[in-house]
Amino acid sequence: MAVAKEKLLARKRDALAERLGALTMPEGGAWITEARKAALSRLEATGLPAPRDEYWRFTPPGALNAAEAAPAALFDHGGEMPVFDAVDRVRIVFVDGVFDADASDDLSLAGVEIERLSDAATKDIHWAKGLYGVIEELGQTPVERPLAALNTAFATDGVLIRVTGKAEKPVSLIYRHESETSDAYLHNVVKLEAGAEMTLLENGPAAARFNKCLEVDVGKGARFHHIRAQGRDHERQAVTSMFVRQDAESLFKSFTLTANGRLTRNEAFILLQGRDASAHIAGAALGHGDFHHDDTVFITHDAENCESRQVFKKVLQKGAVGTFQGKILVQRGAQKTDGYQKSQSLLLDDDAQFLAKPELEIYADDVACSHGSTSGAIDEDMLFYLRARGIDRETSMDLLVIAFVAEAMEEIEDEGFRDEIIGRLEAWLLRRRS
Amino acid sequence: MADDTMVAKEGVEKETVAAVKSLGDKYKYGWETDVEMDYAPKGLTEDIVRLISQKNEEPEWMTDWRLSAYRRWLQMEEPEWAMVEYPEIDFQNQYYYARPKSFETKPKSLDEVDPKLLATYEKLGIPLKEQMILAGVEGAGEVPADGDNSERKVAVDAVFDSVSVGTTFQKELREAGVIFCSISEAIREHPELVKKYLGSVVPPTDNFYATLNSAVFSDGSFVYIPPGVRCPMELSTYFRINAENTGQFERTLIIADKEAYVSYLEGCTAPQRDTAQLHAAVVEIVILDDAEVKYSTVQNWYPGDEEGKGGIYNFVTKRADCRGDRSKVMWTQVETGSAVTWKYPSCVLRGDDSQGEFYSIAITNNMQQADTGTKMTHLGKNTRSRIVSKGISAGKSNNTYRGLVSMHPKAKNSRNYTQCDSLLIGDQCGAHTVPYIEVKNQSSRVEHEATTSKVDDDQMFYCRQRGMDEEEAVALIVNGFAKEVLQALPMEFAMEAQQLVAISLEGSVG
Repeated sequence: MAVAKEKLLARKRDALAERLGALTMPEGGAWITEARKAALSRLEATGLPAPRDEYWRFTPPGALNAAEAAPAALFDHGGEMPVFDAVDRVRIVFVDGVFDADASDDLSLAGVEIERLSDAATKDIHWAKGLYGVIEELGQTPVERPLAALNTAFATDGVLIRVTGKAEKPVSLIYRHESETSDAYLHNVVKLEAGAEMTLLENGPAAARFNKCLEVDVGKGARFHHIRAQGRDHERQAVTSMFVRQDAESLFKSFTLTANGRLTRNEAFILLQGRDASAHIAGAALGHGDFHHDDTVFITHDAENCESRQVFKKVLQKGAVGTFQGKILVQRGAQKTDGYQKSQSLLLDDDAQFLAKPELEIYADDVACSHGSTSGAIDEDMLFYLRARGIDRETSMDLLVIAFVAEAMEEIEDEGFRDEIIGRLEAWLLRRRS
Repeated sequence: MADDTMVAKEGVEKETVAAVKSLGDKYKYGWETDVEMDYAPKGLTEDIVRLISQKNEEPEWMTDWRLSAYRRWLQMEEPEWAMVEYPEIDFQNQYYYARPKSFETKPKSLDEVDPKLLATYEKLGIPLKEQMILAGVEGAGEVPADGDNSERKVAVDAVFDSVSVGTTFQKELREAGVIFCSISEAIREHPELVKKYLGSVVPPTDNFYATLNSAVFSDGSFVYIPPGVRCPMELSTYFRINAENTGQFERTLIIADKEAYVSYLEGCTAPQRDTAQLHAAVVEIVILDDAEVKYSTVQNWYPGDEEGKGGIYNFVTKRADCRGDRSKVMWTQVETGSAVTWKYPSCVLRGDDSQGEFYSIAITNNMQQADTGTKMTHLGKNTRSRIVSKGISAGKSNNTYRGLVSMHPKAKNSRNYTQCDSLLIGDQCGAHTVPYIEVKNQSSRVEHEATTSKVDDDQMFYCRQRGMDEEEAVALIVNGFAKEVLQALPMEFAMEAQQLVAISLEGSVG
């Protein structure tokens, strides 16, 4: 091994040693302890991320690596109603990273089993055995994700959800941040059996620094919708990892709205393992000032005739930084793949930055894969058009911003949820004006 | 049928086409000229660096420059980030200096050149006119320059292994004030220019291979176009690796002074080998106010055989610095050869309103690996860049586009447009795109598009139905796919390139 590489690895392992000093592996039953230990050994092999790592060059990992998170002041949401509050759903509430039964709804829902991760020690949740940490491990290639392995090893809470039929209500995970806690580690697993269907909602900051992992196993012909709004606390930091495995004819759709937050790294790994499956992942990020948002998305096509689509939009100003790293990997034999990836940013002033690395890695010939990435300012002609119709400058700007991110929001299938997200976006734009 | 059309249209010799066909899968330029070589001992030490410097009769400052690069190189590590795999290179098992023996006393005129060398050029397919000039035919160099395309002139500074053997059209270039000579000659004759510009675009510490080159470059070309001069002809260097186990370390320095213009052609072929050969060239281009440089390459080194045995390792650093306002550079490359290609011709757009363009065709077949692309670094205001990259993978090869577009905070109102298309032929190859985009100001616009597809069945059917065999059809379709880049090439090269596309893809279908 080259000397520089060895030195780098040594530094990454040193950083890990320091981090591990502040962590204790939660107690658990045999299988979960085994899964945690396996994750720890994965982590020990790689160490923590370093700025010289290829997939961390746009996002300095220092703040995410630090043994302790900087405390974040609690955020005053003003009079704004929490997102999804008007929706009929099963609420699962975590306060400062701990499940709160009183604040949560009754967890019984037809066609859905919901268990707590901490019960894995005492209950025999057999279906979760082959999943917890397993899809995460699949997602460690081609690129290692040490912070996800760290989560698998040390997650203190979370839910294990098994969907056997069509869930009649969305399941909603709410992460509240109420005390001076600095860190939260949550790990959720969702298994959709063949033909099952569910919508998962997520919102809230959870902690000053939130490390969250979501593993989703989408069975044959199953459909999974995921809509997430990350907390708009200015000081929060988050690293979230989503690992998805899809069987034949399944559908996976995910949308994330990120407005504010000092540092957000949203990683996704989607493995299309059965033929005719479809994966859509989209995100809209709005940053103003001290804001660094990173979407790192890897989609691996390992079966024939699958479709994938990535649409990521970022609106940046006053020093905000947006980054996108995405890869469509088409394995040998994954013929008839249709892969599409789009990453765009709108820079509202000269202090904003957009850094992107949209990649294609293709080993099959009968495919149609494409990506597009653009960056630019508001189109003055469009602005003029609106102004000429008597619309004031700020309203015109907001309209153009909404039009810009609309393509990402179109990935939300349910109109109600889409309207809710657009409402949040409009409110954010209005607040930004004052 | 495709051949006939090509012959009729482009005037390519029928025999050449037939000869190429008869070689089948064999490499077209796979032969070796038996000229006695003068080698420095294998391996690399300070003494070897000094020897190279001494053999080139260099002044002390140049020797010191090389030595400091060598010392730096010892501290560096080979880059590993490219998507290429090859056995570890033993840098101590290479010859760093080789030149034909007959050059030990430099020829006074081309007549004294070893006839075998001239025969080499003939086999390389150097146009007749240049062959005559290279062969020293009286009066051949005095045809006046004119606008007639059929009489287009190309000045050749041919590099046979490591020493430039002859530079033609010297007189006419001299009259225009253009300096076109070997870099070793420039070091002796024009030290003020070399001192000022050498290493100013690709510093000796730039990267592993460039640093190695800085220490051991044996020769290369030097071009200086004085202010306001439009170079009266296209300048050309034919590179050729000939002796086994000889690393080829060429150094090219092109300076276009204010309002100057030059078009430079670089073409390469190399004989068939079993052991892989190392090539680490550096090309530096400096472009001052309102000047323009076009740099075109057809690279056709031996790619190795069907099993991936042999072939050239091509680790090249090419960079143009648009130092002046309104300066312009255009890189065009056709990469069909080499077992491993690691090459990123780049543009530093420093001057306001400067422009950089990059047009590339990279074809890989059999076990070839190419990791190539460009870097557009926008520093000045209103700078523009355009990237058009066409990658074609066949056989078991891997072809990667890797590029960077960087808009610095001060590069207001800049523009970039990037288009990367990949074509796959067969299900055992790979096509990859790795673009980096960094935008640090609002007023710049960056657009990047990439697509990957295969040879369209309908197009194939259409061609086959008209009686073309499969290979002809693929060559035709691929030439169409790469048309935008082929059109950016100077005419002489465009024809050769079209032929090469067909030859490179032989055996990829059926």
